[in-house]
Amino acid sequence: MTDSDEKVLLQAKGLHKRFGANVVLSGADLTVPRGSLVAVLGRSGSGKSVLLKCLADVVQPDAGVITFDGKELRRDAAAARADFRRRCSFLFQSNALFDSLTALENVALPLEQTTDLKTKEITERSLEALRQLELEGHSESYPSQLSGGMQKRLALARAIVTRPELVLFDEPTAGLDPLRRNAVFTMIAKYQRQFGFTALIVTHDVPEALLASDRVALLSDGRMGFEGTPEEFAASQDPVVTSFRDSEASLTSQLQSIRRGETFQSEDS
Amino acid sequence: MVRSVGRSTLSFVQALGDFTLFTGHAFGSALGSRKLGRRVLRAMFEQGVRCLPVILIVGIFTGLVLGLQGYYVLNRFGSESLLGTLVSLSIIRELGPVLAALMLVGQAGSALAAELGIQRNSEQIAALETMGISSHAYLIAPRLIAALFVYPMQTALFCTIGLWGGSISGSMLLGLEPGVYWSAVERAVESRDVSECLLKAVTFGLLTVGLCAYHGFNAHRSKSGTGARAVSASTTRAVVQSSIIVLAADYIITSFLI
Repeated sequence: MTDSDEKVLLQAKGLHKRFGANVVLSGADLTVPRGSLVAVLGRSGSGKSVLLKCLADVVQPDAGVITFDGKELRRDAAAARADFRRRCSFLFQSNALFDSLTALENVALPLEQTTDLKTKEITERSLEALRQLELEGHSESYPSQLSGGMQKRLALARAIVTRPELVLFDEPTAGLDPLRRNAVFTMIAKYQRQFGFTALIVTHDVPEALLASDRVALLSDGRMGFEGTPEEFAASQDPVVTSFRDSEASLTSQLQSIRRGETFQSEDS
Repeated sequence: MVRSVGRSTLSFVQALGDFTLFTGHAFGSALGSRKLGRRVLRAMFEQGVRCLPVILIVGIFTGLVLGLQGYYVLNRFGSESLLGTLVSLSIIRELGPVLAALMLVGQAGSALAAELGIQRNSEQIAALETMGISSHAYLIAPRLIAALFVYPMQTALFCTIGLWGGSISGSMLLGLEPGVYWSAVERAVESRDVSECLLKAVTFGLLTVGLCAYHGFNAHRSKSGTGARAVSASTTRAVVQSSIIVLAADYIITSFLI
C-alpha cells in the first residue's frame, strides 16, 4: 500500500447504477481522505443519496469499484464487507430510529448486537454517547417524544457509539430551517474533530457545506463534475460548477423576493 | 390466455421459493444471534398476551353456539348425551386450531405485517443492515420462534374455553347433566386428537407468521405503490393469504391424519 493509498479511507471508481430506464449514476468517482470531512453536493434527484447508499453497501452498484482502507468491497468479499460495516456508520436522512425502543436502547442496539461487551459496559458507553450529544436527560424517552434536532443528535449518538472510522451522512439537514441547518453542520464538524472520524456528507446546502467541509465534490449527470477544496469550488470557473452556483444564487434571490413580498403583505394587513 | 397462466404459475413458484428462502434464512440467522431469548419473549408477549382477550371471547362463543346447535340436533334423535363428544371433537380436531389461528392472524399477524412495512419504509431495516445486524435474525427469527410456542398455547386455551362454552350451553342453559357432558368429552377425546390439534397449531403458526413477516418485510417490493399504500397493500395481502393458507393446510393435514 502506497502513502497515498494510506491517506485514502474510501474510494469509488466508475460507479454505475440504474433503476429500470432511469440512469442515476454513470461513472461516478469519489475519493474520501482519512480524517477529512467531505461534502457531496448536487441538485435534488441528482443521485447523491444513491451514491451514498452504494458506498454504504445498502444498494449494490451495477458496475464500478469501491475500496475501503485499500480493500475492495466486492459482492463476494464477505469478510471485507463485514469489516467495513464494523468500522462504518450511516446516518439516514430520516434518522431511522427504532420508535419502539427508548433513546438508550436505540444507542445500545449496535453494541448489543455486534459486540461481546457486558451489559454494564454497553449501558455505560451508551449513556456516555448520549451525554456527549447532550441527551443525558432523555435516555428513557422514545424518539417520538424528542424534537427533530434531538432525534438527529440521537441518531448521531447511535452512529458514533461503536467508535466508527467513517460516518456517512445522508442529507442530515433535509427539512430543517436555516438555524437548525447551521446547528446540525456545526454539530457534525464539532464531533468529527472531537471523535476523529472521517465524514462524508451528502447535501444540497452549499454555504454550510463549504464552511464545514475539507473537501467538496459536485455530482452532476450521474458523475462527479468537480472534486476539490471549498476554496477551489468557490473560485472555480468550470461551467458545471458555475451553473450549480448560479442556480443556487438565483434560487436564493427568488426566495428572498418572495419572502420580502410576504413580509410586506403581512405588515400591510 | 396460456401465456397469462404460465406467467402466473411462474410468479407463484418464484414467490413460493422466495418465501421458503426467507423463512429458512430467518431460522438460520437465529443461530448465534445475540440476546435472542429476550426478543423471543417480547414476541411471545405480542402474539400471546395481547391476543388473549380475542381468543377467550371467540373460544367461549364458539363453544356456546356449538353446544346450542348440537343439543337441538342431537335432541331429535334422543342423543343429547353425545353433546360432549360432538363439541369436543369439533373443537379439538378442527375449530380450535383453525379459529385460533385466524384470530391470531387478524390480531398479531396484521400488526406484524404493518410494523415491518413501516420499518421498511422508514429505513429502520436498512439501518440494521448498515449497523452489521442481520434484519432476519433481529426482526423475523424471534417472531417465528415465538409462534412455535404461542400458537399451540393459544389453541389449547381456545379449546379449553370452547369446551366450557359447550358445557354452559348444554348443562346450565338446556338442562343436560354436567357429568354426562364431561364424561362424553373424556370418552371421545384421544391423545391423537390432541396431537393433531397441536400439530395443526404449530404448522399454522409457522405459515401465518412467516407469511405476515414476509409481506411486511418486502413491502417496498409491492406493486401497489410506495409508502403508506404499500404498507396497507402488503398488510391486506398478508392477512388474506394467511387466512387462505390456514384453511388449505387444515384440509391437507386432516386428509393425511384422518
